[in-house]
Amino acid sequence: MEVSSTTAGQEAAVSGRNAGGNAGEIAFGVLARLAGWSILLVMAGIIIVLVSGGWQAFSTFGPGFITSKAWNPITHNFGAATSIFGTLVTTVVALVFAVPFAFGVAFWLVEMAPPALARVIEMAVQLLAAVPSIIFGMWGFFIVVPFMAHYVELVATRYLGHVPGIGLLFRGAPYGTGLLTSGLILAIMVTPFICSVMADVFVSIPAVLKESAFGLGATRWEVMRKVVLPWSRQAVMGGIMLGTGRALGETMAVTFVIGNSNRLGWSLFAPGNTIASLIALEFPESSASSLKLSALLALGAILMVISFITLACSRMFLQRGIKN
Amino acid sequence: MSAQNVQVGAADGWQRGGAQAVRRRIVERLINVLCGIATVVVLFLLFSILWTLVTRGAAGLSLSTFLHSTAAPGSGGGLANAIVGSCEQTLLAALLGTPVGMLTGIYLSEFSHDGKIVSFVRFVSDMMLSVPSILVGLFVYLVVVEPAGHFSGMAGTLALAILFIPIVVRTTEDMLHLVPRAMREAAYALGAPGWRVIVSICLRAARGGIMTGILLALARISGETAPLLFTSLGNLNWSINLNAPMASLPVTIYQYAGSAYDDWVQMAWTGALLITVAVLATNIFARWWLSRNGTASS
Repeated sequence: MEVSSTTAGQEAAVSGRNAGGNAGEIAFGVLARLAGWSILLVMAGIIIVLVSGGWQAFSTFGPGFITSKAWNPITHNFGAATSIFGTLVTTVVALVFAVPFAFGVAFWLVEMAPPALARVIEMAVQLLAAVPSIIFGMWGFFIVVPFMAHYVELVATRYLGHVPGIGLLFRGAPYGTGLLTSGLILAIMVTPFICSVMADVFVSIPAVLKESAFGLGATRWEVMRKVVLPWSRQAVMGGIMLGTGRALGETMAVTFVIGNSNRLGWSLFAPGNTIASLIALEFPESSASSLKLSALLALGAILMVISFITLACSRMFLQRGIKN
Repeated sequence: MSAQNVQVGAADGWQRGGAQAVRRRIVERLINVLCGIATVVVLFLLFSILWTLVTRGAAGLSLSTFLHSTAAPGSGGGLANAIVGSCEQTLLAALLGTPVGMLTGIYLSEFSHDGKIVSFVRFVSDMMLSVPSILVGLFVYLVVVEPAGHFSGMAGTLALAILFIPIVVRTTEDMLHLVPRAMREAAYALGAPGWRVIVSICLRAARGGIMTGILLALARISGETAPLLFTSLGNLNWSINLNAPMASLPVTIYQYAGSAYDDWVQMAWTGALLITVAVLATNIFARWWLSRNGTASS
């Protein structure tokens, strides 16, 4: 940061010297500023359009819009609770699976893998991140959903469904689609993002810190747990939040496998919906300036707020983690 | 003194194999195995996706896939309109987004004397990088499609460009930061004006990295579906008119995969194979290129 600001200062001084007659300089400055500020314009536009479009829903239903479970186009009664619930549950499920896997892969890549192999596998993990989300949706729908229905859910219902407490999570007909399946697909999609942040951080830790721990006779795992992780905690949190942001807004993959039903319940096997999947499915069927359209835009505004908070946290953590 | 004792003690315990050392060794092995398994699982998932795409998609690959437009179920047809529509919208979005993105990246890296607003633009651009793409689709629908009264390829292009720009901003800024100060100073010393230094020296030095960023952004937007659902909508007929609804591979895949007709589902797999191969090939090429001549500092 300091370096760039001093260069900028020098540039300003130098460019100030021949600014007078230099039309190119002025034109270039104007162009760059216009481009930069147009980003602000677009973002402001997105926020204004979503909030003002959703205003009708907000004003009709009041704060009850967020807590209402209704979604009935016939009686014009709309609520956000179910899709917010689905969004949060699928995201949490995704993180529960993605974080340990991302950590495992990052740890293996940085500490254990032979360098040549690590490069290839890192590339493969990055490719996984590049696969379009619609492909995850199709693969999930045709491969994962039947697998879940035939094996995972039958077994889980039989053995876990009667356990008091957590049994509630595993009851219901084994459709294969549902919150759990969506969470799993999301986990596969966000693992590469979390993993690459973790790997970057683990590599960047000063070697001296690790060497001193190894010198005391610590094992690799002890070094990771007692030196690397505490040192890089914030950056790792930032990476996880980055993955969370991705999972919150993911549309196509979820739409394929979540089952799309407006239900709110404990079972992870039950079909549900998320804000993004609800918008994708219902938006094309809602007529202009209807209350339903407004409710969908209001949902969009809520999703925007949730992802903003997540991303702001992620940025804060990453910045602090890097300054360390 | 005490630290030394601990060190000796730990090393001794490890080698002699006291109860604690055995436990530590077991934990270490266990973690190693678990991490190895995690890696294998993630790789397995990638290969499962690719394998599924190849085995299911290859069956539908033929010359007519590339030559014919989508058709009613049971009457053959191909993906030509979707392929061309995707290419047209993606490339136009890149054409629209590249100058804006690069200029913004230059603004962020070279105009920091603008003060707080620069960091605000950087913050907003970072946010835009992760705005759910479906919201961009909603935005363009309300701003372009609704006032115009019809879906259009232009609206789809605009939505993709909005997703394209922040990626280019990011890479341009990062790559410009890598340009050595000595290079700029040398140029200034020769009397070059600021904009010439940026364009002829900095951009030139950073062009490998910036090109890579553009390619990766191109790969990213060519697989986007959600923002196109409400903007270019899709078109079953051949159309390259930007002012009319336009087909694209991802939307066609979305519509076909969910349908009840076997030949449409087959076509969806073929489309999925095509788009994944294109996206992954672009990614691999971009990364290879970056590793060859990417770094600005030479």
